[in-house]
Amino acid sequence: MIKVLYFAWVRERIGVSYEMVETESETIIGLVDELRQREPRYEIAFSDLSALKVAINQELCDFDTKLSGALEIAFFPPMTGG
Amino acid sequence: MLVSVQSNDFDIGKELEFLNNSDRNNGAIVSFQGVVRNNSTNSLLHMDIEQYPGMTQKAISDYVKRAMERWSLNDALVIHRHGKLFPGDRIMMVATAAMHRHDAFQSAEFLMDYLKSRAPFWKKEVTKDGYHWVEPMLDDEKALERW
Repeated sequence: MIKVLYFAWVRERIGVSYEMVETESETIIGLVDELRQREPRYEIAFSDLSALKVAINQELCDFDTKLSGALEIAFFPPMTGG
Repeated sequence: MLVSVQSNDFDIGKELEFLNNSDRNNGAIVSFQGVVRNNSTNSLLHMDIEQYPGMTQKAISDYVKRAMERWSLNDALVIHRHGKLFPGDRIMMVATAAMHRHDAFQSAEFLMDYLKSRAPFWKKEVTKDGYHWVEPMLDDEKALERW
């Protein structure tokens, strides 16, 4: 089980701030595809991956990163700090 | 080095005094504060700043460490607020202390550029008609290229 977190409008579109996900996928993009097939709310949230960023274990990474060792994955829009 | 992610306000004067007193070799202290700006139609009621707890502290600390490795700094501090903030409220501050001003200026700019687009915060602008998530500016991403 991996803890999957969502922030900002990704959280709003999916409707929860986090959930525990069981996955067979080896990469983040595989996990995204699995989620998209589950329910329309995921399809809407993940419709444009170029508008999203992802982090594994609280470190930014790419969508083709492998899931091995992942305890926590977060999806969010580009950050607007400062 | 001090990194704080907090909802409450902070006192810039006290923070700078603390930074200055930490090292007698300081010759230059550069500080920046970010403030909640009203929107173009002056209709901003407030801003909600969301963060990724855990990652914010870690990501900011990583960038401060990078700044301290790259420039000759005696100390650096970053304070960033989250939660509900009103126009005119302080959002964040960066301060760097060095022997010479070049290191202090450059590292403060570096930290600001990275905080803008790499620290996991998201700004939501609330008006009487609803709200919207602030989009990052293209220039903010481009600003990273110079480092």
